[in-house]
Amino acid sequence: MQKLLQLPVNAVNIVKSVQGVVQGQEEALSPVLTPDSSPQNWYSAVQPEELRHLRSGGMGGGGEGSEDRPGLEEGLTSVQSQPLRHDDLKEMLDSNKDSLKLEAMKRIVAMIARGKNTSDLFPAVVKNVACKNIEVKKLVYVYLVRYAEEQQDLALLSISTFQRGLKDPNQLIRASALRVLSSIRVTIIVPIMMLAIKEAASDMSPYVRKTAAHAIPKLHSLDPEQKDQLIEVIEKLLADKTTLVAGSVVMAFEEVCPDRIDLIHKNYRKLCNLLIDVEEWGQVVIINMLTRYARTQFLNPNINESLLEDSSEKAFYASDDEEDEDKKAEAAALVKRKPYVMDPDHRLLLRNTKPLLQSRNAAVVMAVAQLYFHLAPKAEVGIIAKALVRLMRSHSEVQYVVLQNVATMTIKRRGMFEPYLKSFYIRSTDPTQIKILKLEVLTNLANETNISTILREFQTYIKSMDKDFVAASIQAIGRCATNIGEVRDTCLNGLVQLLSNRDELVVAESVVVIKKLLQMQPEQHSDIIKHMAKLIDNIQVPMARASILWLIGEYCEHVPKIAPDVLRKMAKTFTNEEDIVKLQIINLAAKLYLTNSKQTKLLTQYVLNLAKYDQNYDIRDRARFIRQLIVPTDKSGALSKYAKKLFLALKPAPVLESPFKDRDHFQLGSLSHLLNAKAGGYQELPEWPESAPDPSVRNVEIPDWSKCTSRKDRKEKKLDKPFYSDSEGDSGPTESADSESDSGSGSESASASDESGSGSESEESGEETESEKEEEDEEKEKKRKKRLDKTKAKKPAEESAERCAIHTSYQINTIAPSGSIKMYELLHRITGEGLAVEYCFSRQPFSPDPNMVAVQIQFTNNTNSETKNLHIEEPRLQSGMRIREFAEIEVLAAGESVTVVMGIDFCDSTQAANFQLCTHTRKFFVSIQPPVGELMTPVFLTENDFKKEQGKLMGMNEISEKLTLGEKCVNEHVIVERVTATANLSRVPCGSDKECRFAGKTVSSGCLVLVTVTTKEGGRAQLTVNCEKMVIGTMLVKDIMQALSQ
Amino acid sequence: MIHSVFLISNAGDLFLEKHWKSVISRSICDYFFEAREKAVEPDNVPPVIRTPHHYLINIYREKIFFVSVIQTEVPPLFVIEFLHRVAETFQDYFGECSETTIKDNVVIVYELLEEMLDNGFPLATESNILKELIRPPTILRSMVNTITGSSNVGETLPTGQLSTIPWRRAGVKYTNNEAYFDVVEEIDAILDKSGTTVFAEIQGVIDACVKLSGMPDLTLSFMNPRLLDDVSFHPCVRYKRWESERVISFIPPDGNFQLMSYHISAQNLVAIPVYVKQNISFFETGSSGRLDITVGPKQTMGKTLECLVVTVHMPKVVLSANLSATQGTYNYDPVTKILVWDIGKLNPQKLPNLKGSLSLQSGAPKPEENPSLNIDLKIQQLAISGLKVNRLDVYGEKYKPFKGVKYVSKAGKFQVRT
Repeated sequence: MQKLLQLPVNAVNIVKSVQGVVQGQEEALSPVLTPDSSPQNWYSAVQPEELRHLRSGGMGGGGEGSEDRPGLEEGLTSVQSQPLRHDDLKEMLDSNKDSLKLEAMKRIVAMIARGKNTSDLFPAVVKNVACKNIEVKKLVYVYLVRYAEEQQDLALLSISTFQRGLKDPNQLIRASALRVLSSIRVTIIVPIMMLAIKEAASDMSPYVRKTAAHAIPKLHSLDPEQKDQLIEVIEKLLADKTTLVAGSVVMAFEEVCPDRIDLIHKNYRKLCNLLIDVEEWGQVVIINMLTRYARTQFLNPNINESLLEDSSEKAFYASDDEEDEDKKAEAAALVKRKPYVMDPDHRLLLRNTKPLLQSRNAAVVMAVAQLYFHLAPKAEVGIIAKALVRLMRSHSEVQYVVLQNVATMTIKRRGMFEPYLKSFYIRSTDPTQIKILKLEVLTNLANETNISTILREFQTYIKSMDKDFVAASIQAIGRCATNIGEVRDTCLNGLVQLLSNRDELVVAESVVVIKKLLQMQPEQHSDIIKHMAKLIDNIQVPMARASILWLIGEYCEHVPKIAPDVLRKMAKTFTNEEDIVKLQIINLAAKLYLTNSKQTKLLTQYVLNLAKYDQNYDIRDRARFIRQLIVPTDKSGALSKYAKKLFLALKPAPVLESPFKDRDHFQLGSLSHLLNAKAGGYQELPEWPESAPDPSVRNVEIPDWSKCTSRKDRKEKKLDKPFYSDSEGDSGPTESADSESDSGSGSESASASDESGSGSESEESGEETESEKEEEDEEKEKKRKKRLDKTKAKKPAEESAERCAIHTSYQINTIAPSGSIKMYELLHRITGEGLAVEYCFSRQPFSPDPNMVAVQIQFTNNTNSETKNLHIEEPRLQSGMRIREFAEIEVLAAGESVTVVMGIDFCDSTQAANFQLCTHTRKFFVSIQPPVGELMTPVFLTENDFKKEQGKLMGMNEISEKLTLGEKCVNEHVIVERVTATANLSRVPCGSDKECRFAGKTVSSGCLVLVTVTTKEGGRAQLTVNCEKMVIGTMLVKDIMQALSQ
Repeated sequence: MIHSVFLISNAGDLFLEKHWKSVISRSICDYFFEAREKAVEPDNVPPVIRTPHHYLINIYREKIFFVSVIQTEVPPLFVIEFLHRVAETFQDYFGECSETTIKDNVVIVYELLEEMLDNGFPLATESNILKELIRPPTILRSMVNTITGSSNVGETLPTGQLSTIPWRRAGVKYTNNEAYFDVVEEIDAILDKSGTTVFAEIQGVIDACVKLSGMPDLTLSFMNPRLLDDVSFHPCVRYKRWESERVISFIPPDGNFQLMSYHISAQNLVAIPVYVKQNISFFETGSSGRLDITVGPKQTMGKTLECLVVTVHMPKVVLSANLSATQGTYNYDPVTKILVWDIGKLNPQKLPNLKGSLSLQSGAPKPEENPSLNIDLKIQQLAISGLKVNRLDVYGEKYKPFKGVKYVSKAGKFQVRT
C-alpha cells in the first residue's frame, strides 16, 4: 500500500524531469535488478498510462541517451543532471523496514558497479551506517568507502560509529571497523586513524593486528607525513610472531619504508621459519623482500665461479662491457682471501623457501625461483627449472610472464633448462606472443650438442601459417648460426633453400638474415651472392631487394662480372622501385663506379640523372651528394679523394643478440623486468657486498626458560603452534610417528578460534593462544637443544647460529652436514709444487647430468705467483666411464683458493678415474677413486615400498653379515649417522625400533640399494644389503661393517 | 597494489568496475581497447599494457577480459594469479563465470571483490572463508529470501580468517561422510608426420570432493609415488611429509578443491593411446585438395577410447570440404576454417576414416603447410601413467567415511603434425 501512496509524488517528479524518469524506468527493467524487486510491479503499472507520451516527449527533447556508445548499458549517461531521479531510493532508505533498505542499497551498489554516479544519495545512505541489519550495514560501508572522498564533510558523520566499533569486544567487529575507517580517504581524520592503528597494533587478536598492518599503507598514501610514526608501528608489528600478521606487515613495510632494511635483522630468522605457514599472497611479498635483504647481508655464493662464467660467456656475447665485468670480478676475487663459506642464515633462507616451489600459486613459485636465481650457489639453482616448466602448463598469461623470465635466465644459466628443451617446443595452437617467446628460449638454449634437433624443429616452424611467427623463426635460425660457428654453413644452406619459397615474406626475411650472415665471412660465399643476384628478378619485397643490392655493392669485388649487370637491370627499372630500393641502387652504382669505373661509368651517370629528378627529396639529395663525392670535378674538394675509403670501408658484422640479454639486473619476476624499464616504486636489487656485514645483528636473545617450566606442565596438552612450519621435526628420522600430534594441534587451534567468535570471550582466548604459543615455542626450542646436544653438533661455534644449525642436524639423512664431508687429497702441496688440490663428494646431484657423481674440487695456490689455465686433459678412463670437466680456471692468484664441481660417471664401479691436471706450466697425473658409498644417491621409500622392493631382491642379490657393534654405537642415532656417513643413502621410516632401514640407488644405472641394520642384544647386529649389483653390495657390506664396528 | 578492476566483455562492453583506492576513470580502458584492436585474436592481447601513468594487467577468461589497473611495481604474476582466482571464485559461486551470470549477480560479485582485496592487497581468497562471509546464491535460497526478506550475507562472522588453517570452515557436519578423489590425467604430445613422438608428457591433477564432519586429518598414499616427477599442492598439504615419506597428509577444505597437480615428464616413456594415419594434400592445379584421416588405437591398456574428436585448422584458402566419414559426424566452418570430426567411441575392429576432397579458393597459390591435427579423447577408468592410489586413512575423527577414487585420462594439448 505504501508504494501506491507514493505514486502521486513521483508523478509530479516525472513531469519535472522527463528524461530522468525514463531512465529510471529502464533501470528497473534491466536484468540485474528484476529478480527479487517488488517495486518493479509499481513501475510496470505506471508505464502504460502515464509514461508512454512522456517518453516520446523525452526522446524528442533531451537526447542525452543517444550519446552512449551502442555497446554499453542503456542509461549509462551521467546522472548529475537529474537530481530528483533517486527519490524512490531515498524514500526506501528512509523507511524503517530493513528489507526496503536492503533493496535500495542493492540497487545503489549495482549502479556503482556499473560506474554510475550515485553521489547525490550520500546523506540518505550515510544515515544507515548504524543499521542493525548486517547486510545493509555492509553495503553502506561499500558505498561509504566509494564516495567518502568526494563528500568529506558528510562522511565525518559516520566516523563516530566506527570509533565505537573499534572498542567492540568482538575482534571481528573491531577489525572491520578499522578496515572501513582506514579506507575512508578524508584527511581530517588522519589523527583518528593514526590513533586507531596504534591501538590495533597492540590488540590481543592477531586478526585485528593484521587489519592494522593493512591500514598502514592506506594512511601513508593519505598523508605521507605520518611516515615516521607509521614506521614505529611497522617495527612493532614486524616483531609479531603469528603467521596471520607476517605477510601483511611486510607488505606495509614494502610500501612505506622498503629501504629500512635494519628493521628486518631481528626478524629475519623468524620470517624464514614462519614463511611456509603464511598465506600465499604474503609469501610472495616476503620472499621478494628477503631476496633484497639477502643481497645486502650475505656474500655472493658464486664469487669463485663468476670468473669462469664470464670467460665462458664471452665466446658468444662478446661486447665491451664484458671486460668491465671481468675486472670487477677479478677485483672481488682479490678481496677474498678465504674460500667461500655460506652464512647459515643464507642457507636457512634457501632451505625454507625450497618447498614453496611446490605451491599451487604461480606467483609464489616465481618468487622462489627468482630468489634462487639471485641468491643460490650455481649448483643449486637448477632445482627451479622443473617448477618453472610446470608453470608453462598454466593459463597463457602465466606462460607469457614465465617465459619472459625463463628467457632471461637461459642467457645466464643455460644448462639449467637444457634438459627441458622439449617443453619449449611450439604448438600451432599457441598464441603468437607465446610462440615468439618460446622461440627466444629455444634460441638461447641452442648449443653445439642440441643444435641439430633445434634446427630440425625450426624447420617445421617455417612452414607455419602464422607469418609473424615464421619471420621470427627465420631470425632465430640466423641467431643460432651466428652463435654456433659449426652450423653456420648448414643454416646458410637452409636459408638459401628458403629463397625459393613460394611465400614472398619468407624469402624476404631470409634475404635479410642471409645478408647479416654473409657479412661475417663474405669470401667463402660468392656463389650465394651470385644466387641472390639472380633472385633480384623475382623478389618484389622492397626490404629484400634493398638487402640484395647492398650485398652486391658491398662485395662487388667477389662478383665482378655480375655486379655491373645487376646495375644495368636496376637502371632499367629504377623509376618503378620503392624508395629504399632506389637508395640502394644509387649506393650500388657509386660503389661500382669506384671499383670498376670503366664498365659502369655511363650506367652510374644514368642512374644519378634519373635520381636527380626523382619525386623524393631524400633521393635527390643523395644523388647530388654522391655525384659530388665520386665524380672528380675541379670544384670538388678534398673529400672525393677519400671516396673509396668512405664507401668501401670494412664494416663490422652485425651482432645478433637476444633482447633479453642483461635484463637480469632487474629483479626477476618483477614488473620492471617484464617491461625492461623501471616501474614506479621499483626497488633496485643491490649488488652483493664485498665483505659480509656483521651477521650477529640477526641474533635474537633467547628467552629464559627456567621461568616457564612450571607453567609448561599445566598446559602441556594445549598446542597452538603454526600449522606446518614446525613440522620439520616430524619428518626427521626419529620422529616420524609424531605426525599425529600435528593434526591434533590443527583441530585444537580451530576449535579455539571457534569460541573466539562469540563476543567477550575472544579477548581472553586471544591472549591465551598467544602465551601458549610462546611457551610452545620455547618448549620446542628446548627439545631441539637437547637433541642437538645428543648429536653433538660438530662445532661449538655453530651455537651462535642456533636455530638454523638445528635444522641441519635434522636433515642428516638427506644432506650430510657440510662439516662431516670427508676431504680426500688429489695433489699434495709438495708434489704439486705449491698447488694443493683436495676433493670431496659433495653428495649434491650433478645438475648437468643426473648420471654423474658430483665431485667438488678445491684448488689452493700456496705459491707466491699466479697459477694459470687450470684444466683437465687426457682423461684415461675405463670403458663406459665419462667425465664432465669443470670449466677452465684462468687465473688462480697467489694464496687464493677456488672450488669447482666436476661430474664423473663411474659406471657404478670403484675403478679410479685417471686424468691429467694441467696448469700453464706443468701437468700432474692424478686419479679419483670413489668409495662405494658415494656411488649412490638417496631414494625415498615408504616402509611398504621398501619391503616390496626387498622382496624382489632376494637370493643372490641379498648379502647378510653378522657383526658386533662398536662401543660407541649405543643408540639408533649413532647407527644412522654412521651408515649415512659411509654411504649416500636416505632413511626409510620403520615401525620397529630394532631396525634401521636405508634406501638409495646407484647414480649411474639407478639400481636400488637397500640396507637394513637389525640390532640385537649384547651389541650384536645383523647387516643386510639388497642390491642387484652384487659387487656393489659386497663392498658396501664391508664398508658399513667397518663403520659400525669401530 | 591493485588499484581497480574492470570487467570487459569480448564485444568491448565494460560492464563492471571496482576500485579499492581512489577512483580511476574508466577512460583508462581506452589503452586496453587500443591493444585489443591491434591483436587480432583475444589470446594475443599482451597481458601487461603500459600507459603513461598506470599499468594494465589483464587476463582473458570465459570471453571476459579482467583488466586490473596498477600504479607501482608489483610482480605481474601476483596480479594475474589473483585475477584467475577471482574468475574461479565466480565459477564456484555461480556455476559458470560469464557475462550474464556476473550481471545477474552484480551485488554478490561486488561484495566478493570487496572482501577479496583490501586496499589492493588480497585479504580473503579461500573459497571456504568467502562462503562463510557471503553465501552463494541457490534457487531455494533466493526464493526464501524474497519471501522472508532475509539476506545472503552470512550472519556469523567469519571465524575461518582467524584460524591457522584458513581453508577449512569450522563446525562442518554431514550425515553421510564421504570423500571422493578424481585422478585426471592429460597427455600433452606432439607427434610428427611419421607418427613418432616428438614430445610427450603427462599432466595430472587430483580433484577432491571431501564432505567430512569435524576436523578430519587425511593421509593419501600411492602405490607408486616415485612416478611423480614434479608436484604442486593445495596449501593444506604438508610438504615435509611428502618429502620424507611420499604420502599426502592434509586437513582438507570442505567441499570441492584441487588437492594436487603433478607432472610426469618426457623422460619416462609416455604411452600414446592413439595413432593417426593422415594424408592431406593440395594440388598444384585445379584449386582442390584431398584429405584422408584414419584413427586407430595404440597403447590403450585394454580400455576403449571415448569422445574422440579430431580438429583441423585449415589454411585460409580452403573454401569448403566435401568429405565422408565412416563413423561420427564432421563439420567444416568456412568462417573460422576449422574442421571438426566428432568420432565418439573408437571401435578397434572397424577403424573410423574420414575421406574426401577440399575445394580451395580459385587462383590462390596452394598452401605451403599442411594443417596439424588436434586430437581430443577420453579413457575412463585408467590413469595412463599407471599411477594408483593405495589407500586413504582418516585420523582425528571416529566415523568411517565412504571413500572413492576415479581415474580418467584425456588428451590435453595433443597435436599431430602433418
